[in-house]
Order: sequence, then C-alpha cells, then structure tokens
Amino acid sequence: MDLGLSEEQEMLRKSARDFLQKECPKQLVRQLDESDEGYSSELWRKMAELGWMGLVFPERYGGSGRSFLDLAILLEEMGYNIVPGPFFSTVVLGGLTILTAGSEEQKMEFLPQIGRGEMILTLALTEPSAGYDAVSVKSKARAGNGGYVIEGTKLFVLNANLANYILCVARTKETENPEDGITIFLVGAGNPGVRCTLLKTLARDKQCEVVFDNVTVSEESVVGKRDEGWPIVKDILRKAAVAKCAEMVGGAQAALDMTVNYAKERVQFGRPIGSFQAIQHYCANMAMDVGGSRFVTYKAAWKVSEDLPSALDAAIAKAWVSEAYGRVTLSAHQVFGAVGFTMDHDMHLYYRQAKAAEIVFGGADFHRAVVARELGL
Amino acid sequence: MDFTFSEREEAFRKEVEDFVDKELPADWVEKNIYWPAGYGTLAQFEELSPQVEQFTRRLAERGWLTISWPKEYGGAGLSYMEQAIFHERMSYYRAPAGEIATHIGGPTIMLFGNEEMKKEWLPGIARGEVRFWLAYSEPNAGSDLSSIQTRAMEDGDELIINGQKIWGTAAHVSHYAWMAVRTDPTVPPHEGISLVIVDNAAPGVTIRPLINICGLHSFNEVFFDNVRIPKKNIVGEMNKGWYYLMVALDFERLAIPIGAFRRTFEEIVQYARETKHNGQALSQQPLIWNKLANIAIQIEIAYMLFWQTAWMLDRSLVPNIEASLLKLFATELSQKLANTGMEVMGHYGQLEGSSKWSSLYGRVCLGCLDCISALVGAGTSEIQRNIIAMRGLGLPPK
Repeated sequence: MDLGLSEEQEMLRKSARDFLQKECPKQLVRQLDESDEGYSSELWRKMAELGWMGLVFPERYGGSGRSFLDLAILLEEMGYNIVPGPFFSTVVLGGLTILTAGSEEQKMEFLPQIGRGEMILTLALTEPSAGYDAVSVKSKARAGNGGYVIEGTKLFVLNANLANYILCVARTKETENPEDGITIFLVGAGNPGVRCTLLKTLARDKQCEVVFDNVTVSEESVVGKRDEGWPIVKDILRKAAVAKCAEMVGGAQAALDMTVNYAKERVQFGRPIGSFQAIQHYCANMAMDVGGSRFVTYKAAWKVSEDLPSALDAAIAKAWVSEAYGRVTLSAHQVFGAVGFTMDHDMHLYYRQAKAAEIVFGGADFHRAVVARELGL
Repeated sequence: MDFTFSEREEAFRKEVEDFVDKELPADWVEKNIYWPAGYGTLAQFEELSPQVEQFTRRLAERGWLTISWPKEYGGAGLSYMEQAIFHERMSYYRAPAGEIATHIGGPTIMLFGNEEMKKEWLPGIARGEVRFWLAYSEPNAGSDLSSIQTRAMEDGDELIINGQKIWGTAAHVSHYAWMAVRTDPTVPPHEGISLVIVDNAAPGVTIRPLINICGLHSFNEVFFDNVRIPKKNIVGEMNKGWYYLMVALDFERLAIPIGAFRRTFEEIVQYARETKHNGQALSQQPLIWNKLANIAIQIEIAYMLFWQTAWMLDRSLVPNIEASLLKLFATELSQKLANTGMEVMGHYGQLEGSSKWSSLYGRVCLGCLDCISALVGAGTSEIQRNIIAMRGLGLPPK
C-alpha cells in the first residue's frame, strides 16, 4: 500500500495552490459569483496555459496524459480556493465523456480545443424530475432531417450559458427497460432551437434551464452508440461524483483552516475562543470530517484512475463527503458567529458550495442506496 | 498512490489467515463475544484462558505478539503496515493478539529503559510469558490523569508504594502492574510522576474485582499498602513518567480492532438478509438498508484512517491527528454499530446469548452495553477531541 502523493502530484498541488491564491482571490470569486457569466476569460486562459484543461487527456489529443487521481488533486485545490467557471463542466462532464465514449474524430476535434481553453462544454442530463436515473430521461430524439431532432427540457445544466457544445442525453427508443434506448448527442449551443436560461441558485453557480426545441443534429453528433448511452452516463456520473468529492475535500479543508485561524485570534472573555472546549470540539469534529473524507475520496479516485471497479468506493465517498462538507461549513459558521453571516465574510461562499455539491450527482441518500445495492442488500 | 497490498504484504496477510485457520479453536466464534472497541467483553479472553495461552504461545513463536519489534528483542522485525495487516486480520477473527505489555510496556521500555531493563523484560514479553495491566486511573484521577495521588517514596534501593488504582483491566490475570505513581509531590503535577513496574504478587497488593455492566469481571480496583519494589523497576528516569506516558499513547495507535467492526457488521448484514418480515427480507427494507449502508461507509472511513496511520508510521511521519481521529472515529462507530444492530434485530436484539431465541450469540445485546465503554476507556471522546484540537490543530490551552 502506498498512501502518499508522488513528487509530480505534490508539485501539481503546490503550484495550483500558489497560482489560485494569486490569480483567483476571493474578490474575483465574489465578482464572478455575482455576474451572469460566472467566468473570467483571463483566468481561464491562464489555467489553460498551465495545462489544467488537458491534464487528463492523452498526449495525442494535446493533453498531458496525467491520471484521474491527478485531476482529483487539482480539483481539491480548486475547491480549497473556490474557482468559479466552467472547468468542471468542460473537463469532467464534457471532456471525460468524449474521451471515454467519443469516436476518434470527436476526440481529435474536441479534446485539443478543450485543452487549449478554446472550448467550453457541459452535460445536459437532468430534467424537471431532477433524478439521476434512466427513467428520468424524458427528452426525445427522433430520426429526421437527415440526422436527429431533439425535443425536451433540461434543468440544472451547469454553465450551459457559456458552453459552445452541450452533451445532451435523450431517449431514442421507448422500451420496457428505461436504461435501453438512451443516446448522447453533441449539440452546438448556437444551434437554432437551443434556448438557455440562467437559474438563480444558492451557490450562484450558473446552472441553467436548457430547452431543446426541435433541435436538429447530424448522425455524427452521436457520442458512443445509438440507444446505448446509459452506461456512458453512469460512468460519467460516477467519475463526476468522485471529482466533486475531491473539490469538497478541498473546500472542507479551507473551511477548517479558516476556522482554526480565527479561533486562535478571536478574543472573548479575555482569552482566544479557541481555548474554550466547546469551540475546540467543533474544530475537532471538523477535523474528523475532513480527515475522514480525504482518503475515501483518494481511494475512489485511484480506482477510477486504475480502471478498477469503482462503483462502491465512489458511492461511499459521495455519500459521506456530501454530508461531511455540509457539517464542516455549518460548524465553521457557528464558530465565526455573526461576522460569518455577512456578505463581506468568505465563509458563506464555502457554505453555498457545500450545499450545491451535496446535491449534484446524487446526494447522500442516493449514494447510500448505491452502497446498499453494491453490498447486495 | 496504490491502495492494494504489495506482493509481500499480500503474502503476509495470507500467512496470518492460514495461521488463524489452523490455530484458532473451531468454536471461537460462538464463544467469543468481544464487541469492537469495547472494554467490558475483553474479559472473555481470560475466561477462555487455556486456549488463549496456547494461541498466544503460537503467536509468540513467530514473533507476532511483538510484530514490529526488532528481532533482537524477540519481535518479528516487520513494518507498521504489516503490523496493521496483522491486527486487522486478528481482530477480524476476534483473536487475542497481545495486551498491555506488548502494546505499551515493551515499546516504552525499548525507547526509554536502560539496557538492563530491556534484557530483563523484553524477551519475556515477546514470549507472551509476562502480562501487564495498566495502572493509571485512580478514583480521583480519570481524565485528569496527572492528578494521581498514589505515592512512591524512596527507601534505599527500593520504592515504597501506597495508594489505590482503579479500572485495572485484567489485573487479576496479569503478572505486573505498569503503573504511574507520584514520586515528587512538591513540583507541578506533570513533573512528579514516574512509571514503575510492580509485581502483583508483592506483599501489600490487594486486587478486588469490579463487575462491569456486561456482568463480567474485566476491571479491578487494586490497593497498594506499603508495597516495596526495587528501584530498577523504575522505567527510564524518575519523574519523567508523564512524558513517557504521552509518548506511549502513540504505541496504541494501531491497537484499534478494525477487523472486528467489519466482522460484526457482516454478521448483522447476514442476519438482515436471512430474516424475513411478512415474506420480505429485512435487508430489502429501505430504512434498514439505509442504516446498514451508513455503517458500511463509516467502516470504510475507519479503515482508511487505519491504513493511513500505519503508512505514516512506516515513513517516520507522526500521525498525531490521524491517530486521534482514528481512535475517536472508531470508538464512536462502536456505539453506532450497536445501535444499528439493535434497530435491525428489534426485539431479538435484546436477547442474551443463552436464550434459545437469540441470534448472533447475543452479541448485539451485550454490544449495546459494552459499546458504552468504548467512548470512555483509554481517553474519553472528549479527551480525544481536546487532543485533536490542541495537539493536532494547535488551538491554545487557555
């Protein structure tokens, strides 16, 4: 067993920490949160120059050929700092899907562009029913106009407001088995009939409603095989859940660090509040949640990296970390008291992140059900 | 990173498996009612004494009682990771695998004892012939351990000890007290404590049983009335005991019965699968599987903290915070596991093992009692949180 990071991974972590501290201060985070775009083209370009967007793509697609675990380490740092923008939707939801299931032509066309920071992607999966199961996919794509015509409404689509392409999950066949007959399409966001409306959300994270109103796409826009898209969706959801856990671990660590620093400095009753046992125990519980979350996340990420069966570990991580991050940020708020309840303070940024991350790609209950299933209960 | 065992680790794990398969009595599962991280049912080990002794001898023959000790002291000279693998497997089978002398006394002697002391004690401990009990707590010194009053006065080449110790687990089946005494009452509490080894058979030692809430004799109160010990039984230097004691806490880091959690959980899952209500297995009821999944997740987290601690120790990194987190998390999990077991089993969970209606040998019934001790023994949950906050996170003491 080797539970340490490699030298390269340590370097990636450190350079990401330093870069983000400098280039993505909280002032910028707030500014982007409050904007409609939620994105800084300058920051995006610099991240691309560092090779972050192409980190996990093989070299023949212009990437650096690093592992999913490396990506998780990078995401942990992005979660630590909070980095608004379409990185997650572009690289994890879009790029990895194309890398996993796309044709050679699609990979050659999309991955290098993503890597250079010239293309933004997202995945349109959830619908008004908001479920992550196959039966919730009601949007339809029928053969027509020399390709397919997509009809349906997608909800909670991350960063669709910025996306150049949207991976749309639609039903191409009605059968007894809801997992049969689902197809993934690469849809140009400029395609007539694609209408995107920004949703105002708790985390101010630019989720959108995307309406596909008789959107015509070509035969070549299918990712993977027609009617056989659901296993691809499941695969990407699993990876996305693990990637989100990495982000959450970073955020939880940041909340803990901020809280401990504050508890050491804030004086009440003539002594630092960190010397009071009540505060110490909040902090200890937070440390417990951070420490408990990190290695189940790494284990799941490592399994994805090694292409080992990862369904159980991914579900364990998402089920636990979802709730742990929430607990950590709530405890942090309790320690910060009234000042933490102000817009000027940074803690609410993390609390908002925690809430959004808890829900996305299935919450704790959803993943406990997966754990139970994987254990054969 | 690599979350799989190396070839060598895997081979060792297999060796431990084969050993247990061959040496552990066949009816051990039925007879052993140990609850993970509980202290009350540990007594069961002693009640099975002849079997335990034989098993322990076999372990000692391989140096496995003192697995990470150097070979010159009778250990197996293996890594902490291998020690962790060993403990994981042994605790999975609820097999005895050492006690205070092997876990705390020996390692402390190795670090702080002089050559004479090492020669006198270490080989016997490694052979499993010398058993210690932990004589720290007193009626008025529990969590506030540095306030111990049991006094040791110098008298020529000897110390004369007067006082009382309490919660001495297994004192009645051990040979020596591994004991904290006050040797200087004139200095601040931490600076006047010494660690000594006291023979149970010395005149003036009286051991009385305390029956715990499981109905078992695991604890004792022990009285010391002008008990004389040779000064060579002082561990390291006089009045440095508190420091040794704090360092010794580190040796307990891997003494978490991690495998017992998994084993007990598997048994409860098995019960949920096999037990039907109105034709439906308990395991198929959402409320039940949700609870079980929750425990499974937390067992995995405890495992990760466990392996991480071993991994760090092998690299001479100090797993200060990780080890305290492991202890805190695992002991609290002990209670959650018992509660979940009771919720799954319902009425049947409350039956003692002797009932013809009982399941899982009454394990959950007893576990519900024993788990209370997990959060109290070896530093309460509150003390653990204090340690995490102050030692781990650097929060100020005042």
